[in-house]
Amino acid sequence: MNAAADRRDLSWWVDKVAQILVLAGGLSAIVFIVGIFLFIGREGAGFIFEGFSLREFLLSPRWTPTSNHNPTFGALALIAGTASVTGLAMVVAVPFSLGAAIYIGEFATGRGRETLKVLVELLAAIPSVVWGFVGLSIMNPLIVRVFDAPVGLNVLNSGIILGLMAAPIMTTIAEDALKAVPDTYREAAEAMGATRWQVILKVVLPAGRNGLVAATLLGVGRGFGETMAVLMASGHAVNLPTSPFDAVRALTATIAAELGETAEGSEHWQALFTLGIFLFLVTFTINFLADVFVRGGLPGRRRRGRRPVASANP
Amino acid sequence: MVAGQDQAAAAPAIDVADLAIRYGGQLALAGVTLQVPRNEIFGIIGPANSGKTSFLRAVNRMDLLTPGMTVEGSVSVEGKEVRSWRNAYALRRRIGVVFPLPVGLPMTIYENVALSARLRGTRNRSDLDVIVERCLRRAALWDEVKDRLDSLGSLLSGGQQQRLTIARALSQDPSILLLDEFSIAVDPVTTMRIEEVLAELRAEMTIVMVTNLVQQARRLASQTAFFLTGELVEVGETETLFEGGARDERTTAYLEGKFG
Repeated sequence: MNAAADRRDLSWWVDKVAQILVLAGGLSAIVFIVGIFLFIGREGAGFIFEGFSLREFLLSPRWTPTSNHNPTFGALALIAGTASVTGLAMVVAVPFSLGAAIYIGEFATGRGRETLKVLVELLAAIPSVVWGFVGLSIMNPLIVRVFDAPVGLNVLNSGIILGLMAAPIMTTIAEDALKAVPDTYREAAEAMGATRWQVILKVVLPAGRNGLVAATLLGVGRGFGETMAVLMASGHAVNLPTSPFDAVRALTATIAAELGETAEGSEHWQALFTLGIFLFLVTFTINFLADVFVRGGLPGRRRRGRRPVASANP
Repeated sequence: MVAGQDQAAAAPAIDVADLAIRYGGQLALAGVTLQVPRNEIFGIIGPANSGKTSFLRAVNRMDLLTPGMTVEGSVSVEGKEVRSWRNAYALRRRIGVVFPLPVGLPMTIYENVALSARLRGTRNRSDLDVIVERCLRRAALWDEVKDRLDSLGSLLSGGQQQRLTIARALSQDPSILLLDEFSIAVDPVTTMRIEEVLAELRAEMTIVMVTNLVQQARRLASQTAFFLTGELVEVGETETLFEGGARDERTTAYLEGKFG
């Protein structure tokens, strides 16, 4: 009788197949990340191991890969371009996104809150080329008029555009971080007579600190990796910026603009892939740090595992 | 003016008349009229969903923070109707609250107890030191934590956290202390220690103690109110109720453990 019951029926096989499919999905993430790294590593390898000087790459601002006599591959200006734009973007994005997250998470209620969340997500879905277009056609003349600058395509322009681009995703993550703060904390502080602002400042923000840092880091990662909008709004000139009104060129924009014009396998080609490796390492580090902050030591989360002692039945 | 002040000084700590509480139109508590005299432990007993916690929330105006919660009737604290306070925060600062599950805020033990004083603008470190030590001593926690005031309050054991919560409530220097089933997540030994603390605090403040342990009410409360499914069944001297002097047979049945 048991022999008849012990049979691998359809649901057993479905379960087995589903397990394998899900496993394959999970593994694919690892395969792709390793694959991409191997690919850009291989393309850049020739340059790194032959003509490469780390010193020149990191410290020289001269990026003249197409020079006939003396091509140079100094990425300092490009790194400075990306860093200055990203830095300014964070100055714009952090207050915006933190304010929006606090409003959505702590003040807005009901329909207003849902509407705002949808709008923020919609904002995150605007294609970057549209942002670049805004930078080119709206911000550009505006900066020229307001600041009396000779050109409006510069660090200021692309920093603001990039900040507005990064703010929605940072808002979403920061709001998640605030939502993870248990309501019991808020209630305990409110019962003490803390005002709403005091509750946010003294209890909610410190408790959500790790998530907020992670949100900022992910915004930085977004800034480093963004290409099209920066290409369109930054002026795309190899230049060590000394003021927000200087045109700069970003690492990503350089790759996007030059790779199509380069002979496959040439030194220039390999140098562009080296830029790619550098970008990959930077964004990898930033994401890793963000992950550490998301997991790291949020005291409220650690407590959650503890079950209260059951009370005696009255 | 003087007469008014005398009146306020003589008024009961909490005076409730015809209180009704609704959540989004759903009646949670109705027809409650009772007085809590000063410097007394007042017990509120009753099974789950009888409106005990809602009662406490009406006293310190947490209804302002609870969407859909509406309060009718009158609730006066020390002679002043709570809804006539223009600054509800100031009202709440005079009323300490201890919740069923201990809430160690995610900051150090020291900061947990110093928070209330800090919110009121006390900056002087030695003033804060005095407050922190006094409140932790009164909550019978000082000896266990005095060497690790800088560790996280949320890492203490459940019983310790509940005493930390009491210390934090005491740091408000409240005239009224509301306790909502404080022993639900606390071991029996710690419960007894906290009960001793409460018995001592009675001299300095009025304590309203919601409890699901009828024997706890018997040990501590001089008067006890019995709430059942949103109704105040009766309120009386604790001893009278427990000695079989309850007017309502439901009270007697509940106290004898026949339901709830």
